[in-house]
Amino acid sequence: MPARARPLSPHLEIYRWQISNTLSILHRVTGAILAVGLIALSFWLVSIAGGPDSYAVAMRFFRGAVGIFFLIGWSFAFYFHLLNGVRHLFWDAGRGFEKAQRHASGWFAVAGSVILTLGTWIWIWGHSS
Amino acid sequence: MDLGSLILSLRSPLSRVEGLGSAKEGTAHWWSQRVTAVALIPLTLWLAFSLMTLPALDYDTVRVWLSVPVSGFLAILLVAVTAYHAYLGTTVITEDYVHSTGMKVLILTTLKFLYVLCGGLGMFAILRVVLGFSRL
Repeated sequence: MPARARPLSPHLEIYRWQISNTLSILHRVTGAILAVGLIALSFWLVSIAGGPDSYAVAMRFFRGAVGIFFLIGWSFAFYFHLLNGVRHLFWDAGRGFEKAQRHASGWFAVAGSVILTLGTWIWIWGHSS
Repeated sequence: MDLGSLILSLRSPLSRVEGLGSAKEGTAHWWSQRVTAVALIPLTLWLAFSLMTLPALDYDTVRVWLSVPVSGFLAILLVAVTAYHAYLGTTVITEDYVHSTGMKVLILTTLKFLYVLCGGLGMFAILRVVLGFSRL
């Protein structure tokens, strides 16, 4: 059979970049980041079971510059994945599909996760002194 | 009987009744992802709230907090459900973006081992703390 260029469905590059697809991609990215966070959570739990010395080693990592960087990343990923996940659950229930609703809930998820992340870290820094 | 629809469809009547599709799983994967998502809303918020309201994160405070039965129980549920939810999610990501069969099988199998290891370690550690073995 001769090879012939078949019509393809439009590739990703052909779509105009907009909030819907951006947040869809961000949902997967934050999900993957949180999966890595599960490793850190298990590591932390194992360090508690190991006693004060191993806990001190774990906390030295989490309180270090790299640890704080990761924790801030995980906290944003968590809040975004949570809010956008609820958005997905509403869609699964058949609600919130209108264009205006989609955009409003998307921006709500973005603003909400930024505000919650900032609030969390302001709260932590206020209580760690 | 609607003979027309039977003749025009390439699916067998049995496959149509079972409704499991080509992957033979139906909506099980999709549905589990949603159910675990709902379960994780209270569980993750509980962990975040608990850690943020602890007076300090020194060893004794954290160990005492985790060894309270309610905390230990919720922490075990959190680790188990998170591992399963993350397994479902990263499986879909892998299936969508990794196209070579060998690499796909390798990554999917590695993920399975990783989640069982990670979840098992986390839950075992919590049990050790709850049962008071952490200082032996």
